[in-house]
Amino acid sequence: MAYNINHLNELEAEAIYVMREVAAQFEKPAILFSGGKDSILLTHLAKKAFFPAKIPFPLVHIDTGHNFPETIEFRDYLADLLDAKLIVGSVQEAIDAGLAVEEKGANASRNVAQIPALLKAIEDHQFDALLGGARRDEEKARAKERFFSHRDEFGQWDPKNQRPELWNIFNGKKHFGEHFRIFPISNWTELDVWQYIAKENIELPKTYYSHVRPCVVRNGTILAVSEFVQPREGEEVKDMQVRFRTMGDATITGAYLSDADTMEKIIQEVASARETERGNRADDKRSETAMEDRKKEGYF
Amino acid sequence: MEQEIFNAESYSKMELLRFTTAGSVDDGKSTLIGRLLYDSKSIFEDQMEAVKVSSERRGDENINLALVTDGLKSEREQGITIDVAYRYFSTPKRKFIIADTPGHIQYTRNMVTGASTANLAIILVDARHGVVEQTKRHSLIASLLGIPHVVICINKMDLVDFSEETFNKIKNDYKQFASKLNVKDVNFIPISALLGDNVVNESENMNWYKGTTLMYHLENVHIANDHNHIDSRFPVQTVIRPHSDEYHDYRGYAGRVAGGVFKKGDDVTILPSGFTSKIKSVEFAGKPLEEAYSPMSITMTLEDNVDVSRGDMIVRTGNMPEISQDIDAMICWMDDKNPLRLNGKYSLMHTTKSCRCVVKEIVYKMDVNNLHKLEDDKNIGLNDIGRIKIRTTQPLFFDAYNRNRITGSFILIEEGTNVTVGACMIRS
Ligand SMILES: Nc1nc2c(ncn2[C@@H]2O[C@H](COP(=O)(O)OP(=O)(O)O)[C@@H](O)[C@H]2O)c(=O)[nH]1
Repeated sequence: MAYNINHLNELEAEAIYVMREVAAQFEKPAILFSGGKDSILLTHLAKKAFFPAKIPFPLVHIDTGHNFPETIEFRDYLADLLDAKLIVGSVQEAIDAGLAVEEKGANASRNVAQIPALLKAIEDHQFDALLGGARRDEEKARAKERFFSHRDEFGQWDPKNQRPELWNIFNGKKHFGEHFRIFPISNWTELDVWQYIAKENIELPKTYYSHVRPCVVRNGTILAVSEFVQPREGEEVKDMQVRFRTMGDATITGAYLSDADTMEKIIQEVASARETERGNRADDKRSETAMEDRKKEGYF
Repeated sequence: MEQEIFNAESYSKMELLRFTTAGSVDDGKSTLIGRLLYDSKSIFEDQMEAVKVSSERRGDENINLALVTDGLKSEREQGITIDVAYRYFSTPKRKFIIADTPGHIQYTRNMVTGASTANLAIILVDARHGVVEQTKRHSLIASLLGIPHVVICINKMDLVDFSEETFNKIKNDYKQFASKLNVKDVNFIPISALLGDNVVNESENMNWYKGTTLMYHLENVHIANDHNHIDSRFPVQTVIRPHSDEYHDYRGYAGRVAGGVFKKGDDVTILPSGFTSKIKSVEFAGKPLEEAYSPMSITMTLEDNVDVSRGDMIVRTGNMPEISQDIDAMICWMDDKNPLRLNGKYSLMHTTKSCRCVVKEIVYKMDVNNLHKLEDDKNIGLNDIGRIKIRTTQPLFFDAYNRNRITGSFILIEEGTNVTVGACMIRS
């Protein structure tokens, strides 16, 4: 007679409720697919929410052109597996069309340039809701974000003028040209995400697991050597045993020394990072969140 | 302890508790949240470093734990509109979501928002001041929003020599006032957020106190019954039709159970049509479930090919909700632009159903500081709470809010702007 469910099941039930509301309340919703674990998680939840039907959302990927090959490979594989439509918005095209400007300088990235590419994709395809994998625990500013986040006809968010969100009633009413960003996993923490991925056995790109690859160390950040990152003068290329915690642009996404090659080890690592890693690798940490922030500006 | 959280065996049993915190300015809310996070080891080292540094810079004697949640505070000082900020922490037993809202009267709507999903409310009282107007308002909101558990934390006990007498006096004052309210489960805990007494660790200064610490209470308060498991209610969100060869005739009704328990073979009635059928399967992601209850998201199939669509409600035959177009409700008004209009028309969302309504009567406004009914003042503006009667364009299928928080709540939406302007709780 104990009618209770555990925290992961409750978070899952909440996320699925939100996704079903999106399918019911909007005409052209889509999943904003970044290639990272949080958006992979969204596709998994969507699959469960609408089973045995196909997921009712296409995947929209804003491609900076600077992605790890593993990200693109996994994206295509996943879209195929889900039988989902994949829509790619190109930052390069946005730059070529004069909609976006390429950043200059030593640590230039294309994160900010994603915004116009995304807004163009929204306009071209008339999307009225975009599901994203952002979480409230990621940073202070996000702690107040809604599940249903209203954007005006210019795609802008007004954090001071958000609609109150009560109980589980989500008001998705909008005027023509406006759209919503939807965050079904708002209430999940980093740890919840990993625990759930482990529980559900969700497949992730290999880059999330420990592997050996050639890297350079730049400003205290370990960068994988690739088409986009070549050693600069004085930098030494070394084979390192690393893994990634996020999957952003290859130009700026830092790798971490790690021998966590299984899900269990990763969870242990995420767990103990709370205590130690912050302390002795504060610089890495800070630059990691800085990158995340830029990414967020771009995506959300 | 750290290890246990990440042990699959143990986290598979963790429950989720959502709580709000309320108190007057300077009662110690930020310090308490900081203390809970700190003593449960939920603060990252680099965050803690930053707090230490700014504590020293400010010349604080101890580490100022209030700085952990500083975000909200600086906003307050800058006069920026403050909202609900959500924070997260966990212990091996439970994951916690704190809806942190400012306590001042002009933030009533934020408190109502935070309270709408909470299992528990922590209300802070300064031991030196006892029960004050704000304590009453916060309690009223907790009661009105049907928060099942309330904890009155009598804080700053160190400033009243950890006096049992002071504690008892405040407790009695509160009980007297709260007898007019509808809170089922109230607990009183004497604490010092600053020094940590009875927050996570037991106090050595208050041996007379025989109750539990706040953290113990948060970890153990019985929340499984916070959901209604009696009246079976299933508002249909969307209909799943795969259109594939394999699932050619499949029609799944997707939704989140809003009350009661559903099982294969149950006799059900579909509202509003009144058609009856039997549950063929209760399933989730293709796997059959023994039974489903709130707050599970599931898919249901029926034996008969009846017409069911979004906004319909599937209920157990013999346990009907109320069905009516005339609704009597308490309302909290949330719009800063316009007051509630008598005879005004609004859009309405109730469970998965949307329709329109007209405000037929404003019965009274409530003085939120003392629960007085102001029958002569019917001007309901931002942050006001009152009682209204409305008529809807379509019948709603509902239960009284105090019986079911999901089927008993609805929101009003301004039709021109699409903004959510009213939070409503149906009266019994
Ligand atoms: N002596 C004492 N001071 C406290 C206690 N809790 C909070 N304070 C102090 O009261 C002041 C206001 O606390 P704060 O947490 O900022 O209050 P808030 O406005 O409710 O968030 C600060 O100076 C705190 O150090 C307590 O238990 N004992």
